[in-house]
Amino acid sequence: MSDAIKVYPDKPKKVYFYATCLVDIFYPDAGMAGIQLLEREGIEVVFPKNQTCCGQPAYSSGFNDQAREVILPQLSLFPEDYPVVVPSGSCAGMMRKHYPELFAGTPQQSQAQALAKRTWELTDFLLQVCKIQLQDQGEPIKVAMHTSCSARREMGIAEVGPKLLSQLGQVELVEQARSAECCGFGGTFAVRHEEISGAMVQDKAEALQAAGAEHFVTTDCGCLMNIAGYADKQKMPMKGQHILSFLWERLQTEGKTPENAGGRS
Amino acid sequence: MNQARSNILKRLREGRKESFGVPVSDFSLVRDRNWNAAEKLDLFQQKIESVQGEVHRVAADRWVAELIRLLAEKKISNLLVSDRKKPALELREQWHEELPQLLSYQRPIEDWKSELFNQVDASLTTSRGAIAETGTLILWPDEDEPRLMSLVPPVHFVLLEADQIYSTFYQAMSEQGWASQGMPTNALLISGPSKTADIEQTLAYGVHGPAELIILVLE
Amino acid sequence: MTSAQEAVQEFHPRVHAALENTQIRTNFRRAMDGLMGKRLAAFDGMDLEGLRDLGAAVRLRALSRLPELLEQLESNLQKQGIQVHWAETGDQACEIITKICKARDAKKIIKGKSMVSEEMELNHHLEEAGIEALESDLGEYIVQLAKETPSHIIMPAIHKNTDEISELMHEKTGTQRSKDVDYLTASARQQLREKFMQADVGVSGVNFAVAETGTLCLVENEGNGRLTTTAPACHIAVTGIEKVVEKLEDVTPLLSLLTRSATGQHITTYFNMISSPRKAGEKDGPEEVHLVLVDSGRSSIYQDEELLDTLRCIRCGACMNHCPVYTRVGGHAYGTTYPGPIGKILMPHLLGLEKTQDLPSASTLCGACGEVCPVKIPIPKLLQRLRKEAVDGDSLRPSVVQGHGIKRRKLEVLAWKGWSLIHARPGLYRLATSVLSRVRSLLPSKLGGWTRYRSAPKPAAKTLQQQLRERQKLAVAANKGGQA
Repeated sequence: MSDAIKVYPDKPKKVYFYATCLVDIFYPDAGMAGIQLLEREGIEVVFPKNQTCCGQPAYSSGFNDQAREVILPQLSLFPEDYPVVVPSGSCAGMMRKHYPELFAGTPQQSQAQALAKRTWELTDFLLQVCKIQLQDQGEPIKVAMHTSCSARREMGIAEVGPKLLSQLGQVELVEQARSAECCGFGGTFAVRHEEISGAMVQDKAEALQAAGAEHFVTTDCGCLMNIAGYADKQKMPMKGQHILSFLWERLQTEGKTPENAGGRS
Repeated sequence: MNQARSNILKRLREGRKESFGVPVSDFSLVRDRNWNAAEKLDLFQQKIESVQGEVHRVAADRWVAELIRLLAEKKISNLLVSDRKKPALELREQWHEELPQLLSYQRPIEDWKSELFNQVDASLTTSRGAIAETGTLILWPDEDEPRLMSLVPPVHFVLLEADQIYSTFYQAMSEQGWASQGMPTNALLISGPSKTADIEQTLAYGVHGPAELIILVLE
Repeated sequence: MTSAQEAVQEFHPRVHAALENTQIRTNFRRAMDGLMGKRLAAFDGMDLEGLRDLGAAVRLRALSRLPELLEQLESNLQKQGIQVHWAETGDQACEIITKICKARDAKKIIKGKSMVSEEMELNHHLEEAGIEALESDLGEYIVQLAKETPSHIIMPAIHKNTDEISELMHEKTGTQRSKDVDYLTASARQQLREKFMQADVGVSGVNFAVAETGTLCLVENEGNGRLTTTAPACHIAVTGIEKVVEKLEDVTPLLSLLTRSATGQHITTYFNMISSPRKAGEKDGPEEVHLVLVDSGRSSIYQDEELLDTLRCIRCGACMNHCPVYTRVGGHAYGTTYPGPIGKILMPHLLGLEKTQDLPSASTLCGACGEVCPVKIPIPKLLQRLRKEAVDGDSLRPSVVQGHGIKRRKLEVLAWKGWSLIHARPGLYRLATSVLSRVRSLLPSKLGGWTRYRSAPKPAAKTLQQQLRERQKLAVAANKGGQA
């Protein structure tokens, strides 16, 4: 599933930023935080204007034709050889693992393969390529981390989030029971099999709460929307955030919240 | 059903993909271990004890006495044992009337099934060696020590020669030449007494086979 | 179609019932947690990836020569006195077994655990032929007493707790009610011992069939498998054609992977290798041994480059133990012989997608199954493939599985076409998302299944793209100001 050996590039001068549709619409703060973290590393962030969605919703529903239709015009959005960074394990996984399969035997095969090879999940990129150093400016807080299944298994970056959080002196990372278990989002699964999904998100949210976390962070907006949405509906005191938003906030001395945090989380 | 045979084989042959990429099977992972004799014995003992096997190390010329002690301790009133194998003959030679009755498996099972199932307390068999890595005994039942002998009586004693412990299953089968010399009617690996966890994951011993497996390691 | 097959179609109601049943949820959660922990401990200090690679290589090698190995197996078994039968379907296999029983005038059969016999509903067939078939694996015995089917391929009665089993045994066999597992086990032993003595025929499954030596291997803890294959005068082994391996040495990694993955044991109590019937001079063991090789859809799976990976399976059940969906709903909800992730990729072939249409989508594609599979079956990838087949969603790669397209509903097709229309056109996408942001407070707070458990997600006031455009304008303005 995840690569046996990952070969990280040298730290580049420029990257392409692929925001993903969930970040664009619901969690722009996470995208903005990611961009600012990259800029803090002295990297110029190029945001291809014509990006939309990575195609995963259709692909994971079996509608490969529609997925290809959406991906096709976007394959040419990254003409230079810069790395493509994505603030989502699941969308990065889609691009890295599934684009080559989806376009195998088509004229876009090599283009899809080339794109896949230089696509990176953003926290992984910050840690491994930028060797980011974070100085915590925030108050003491207990935080739990939920690594999405695609980040954990497809991208093989389960240790990245905790490593980044461990750089923050005032943040205590608590581990929830069954931390490697899926939160039950699964894209359209949450609607097609709502009851199973509901049972799974209940268990996940309760495990996070039981771990004593006032706050949880995650690599993926799907999981965030799912878990935070459940916590909100159940009036649980716990708040959720994309890990990028959280990291960026911890670096600020004041005026913490980036504007327009959406998602009712 | 020859039609079925040819249909199945035909479908398999015609449908087979050319693209079968078969990676090399590197058996070193399940074959090679660097344990000396003492380590192998220790590991064997540790592993089989971890699954409720009972191990007694005993000097090769004292095992009969040890067995007698164990039979008394476990209040066993009869013992099924070969009447032709060398250790069994040794045992029979040293036996006397006050000791548990010795039984032998001389008749085909059909002639004494009920007796075997209901009246035999314990059996003693030899082994063809053991496997250290998993704490496993190797048995090849034969005419003198038939298959049910190590299975039906509630207590099973096994003789194991200490220098017959292999590191891995792979080593045991290759050094004993199983594949090249051909397999017996029945070959067995036994690692502990019969057990089950089918009721709520709770371990219970002796569900169908012996509840006790006692190994005398002859050093 | 039997009732069991019809039941496959009612996935959602069964899921609902299972989720409502707190006892079932507790039983499975506890059991799966335990099994996951044990597996991890059993592989501690081992090169798990290397072992899985070896396991996958061994199985792949066997599949690459499947027809030749089946012939070699058959020829070696025949030389050693074991009779070999071939069945294209489960029904044919049942007929073969019934015929063997009738020829021996057998009335009573004792069975060791065999999932393929569950798959072909052998007990049902035998019963109709007036032959009693009694399960002897403790879990299977319990399930049979309850007139149920196994809810897990390794631990058939895992859905029941001690109290439920005690009550069942009390009701059906007259044992006393007890929480003492030793007592319950001993009672079952006593009852089954009689049956072993009386049985005319023993029917067992096979874990590995070794072509090189003509050897049938059975993995078990209880000893019922050994009794089944030794005590009666006739033994019939039944297995899927994919269970063959090339060499005897091939069983060593598979055995190690199987027991560790399944129950976290470094080895099971018994590994039983059978290569012939009773020989002259031997005093026990069956006089007659048969092997029934069952195809039942496997040779058609074999023809598909991707899906044939399913045939590597060694039936350890680790994919179930690690599946968050299986853990919530249990094995019966699937309505199939093989539940859980492996069931979801295997059953659509065996039964067709019509009857299994809700299974491929009943997964978050979390990948836990593929991560633990001892022979590296890419389960999530195959689930994805079957989803595509269910909706005929890929015009470049036409569907082949029986019943494909069954889930292709007009409304959903239309929805995805609408989705791709917007997302393939960046201008339209930007328009749509900015409208969405602007009307965010007017959006419905109820969104079907989603909001039954969660609040509705709310778009941000400005999309990231809008924010970035504004940011750029500011930067340009600042730049100009600086230059001025």
